Amino acid sequence: MKDDDIKNDSNLTVEVSQTPIADYPDWRKDDKSLTNAGLSEEEQDWFCDARPQPAKKSWQIMENFFNWARSNSLWILAFGTGCGAIELRPLVTARYDISRLGMQPRPTPRQASVFMIGGYVSIKTLKRIVRSYEQMQGPKFVVAVCSCAINGGMYWDSYNTVKRIDEYIPVDVYVTGCMPRPEAVLAGFSKLKELIKAGKAEGQNLYAEKFDWYKENQKSVIKDWNMPDYNW
Amino acid sequence: MKELFNTLSKQFELTDYQSKRDNQAFVTATSSQLVSLLTHLRDIHGYTHLVMVTCVDWLEDGKFQVTYLLHNYATKTDLGIFVFIPRDNPVMDSMHHLWEQARVYQRELHEMFGIDFPGSPGVYKPMILEGWQGPPPMRRDFDTKVYCEDTYSNRERQHKEPEQYMKEQLYPED
Repeated sequence: MKDDDIKNDSNLTVEVSQTPIADYPDWRKDDKSLTNAGLSEEEQDWFCDARPQPAKKSWQIMENFFNWARSNSLWILAFGTGCGAIELRPLVTARYDISRLGMQPRPTPRQASVFMIGGYVSIKTLKRIVRSYEQMQGPKFVVAVCSCAINGGMYWDSYNTVKRIDEYIPVDVYVTGCMPRPEAVLAGFSKLKELIKAGKAEGQNLYAEKFDWYKENQKSVIKDWNMPDYNW
Repeated sequence: MKELFNTLSKQFELTDYQSKRDNQAFVTATSSQLVSLLTHLRDIHGYTHLVMVTCVDWLEDGKFQVTYLLHNYATKTDLGIFVFIPRDNPVMDSMHHLWEQARVYQRELHEMFGIDFPGSPGVYKPMILEGWQGPPPMRRDFDTKVYCEDTYSNRERQHKEPEQYMKEQLYPED
């Protein structure tokens, strides 16, 4: 069969009932669910339109215990976004031995709780970063390594590199340097542990509260937004 | 290399022979004869390796210089071929049928310089610049600094004199 025959054959096509947004019932007009406008109408049904919600706090004494537990089991998403990812590898070796801090690299966003932005972020990478960050399960933290992630660094006048990563995803700890030594990265992770224990690493809640602002910034630079608005 | 140039000149319009080393030479060819010249070099003269395809923007002359670098493993010589095409309507013949990897270079040249290669597979697909809406960024009339300032926000710089700052850090009482 040719392609045209397949398209015209009614037995092979599945009719999907579409409801235009204007025809939504009244109870849906006021809700703030996400539109997922970047997707095709068929794909919009596949993804959830719920927004991220800030995590609810329990009693303070329980929260202290939770924070202690969280800070001692930080799993890093092994997503090398720039040259800073090179510095992650020595941390796992016997010399620095990151496992003694309860940290280890993990292959997928679902298993990770720390996102290490290792250096410059191009627009193409930013798309993947946003997608990976939103797929990580909470509580999640972001460590931005290298000067490129802080103020652009040597890519301060580049046409395809964002200069501040904290406008697109919330950052808990910055590590300066170009490149920072593994000791500096380790000190950054130790600082992150202190912040978590003190209950100050609230980037995930900040992302949920200022979700519209972050989305607006992300969409202002990612011109071909062809993914759901919140990929969790 | 001069002998090769003399041999090729009988069949093709070649000008501007430059050789800075014994095993390396550059010649200028016309864009209409490029594909036949490359085929001839590859099949008869043994230049079987395509090193790279790149481009130079001569803004003042209104031309693009597309450069093809070839290597001959038998004689260990490099041959570069320059082709000048007009900057207003840059169209080149695709040569992906000679070397399969050439389509990646051609895709890149289309994205970065806006040179069209009709018939090259996937040449209009974005490679690095996904969703790019501005002009091709490697053209010399594209001002990256202005584009960057318009598009991306800057972080305010906090400058501190190192001497004064360390004094305040180390001896806060003084």
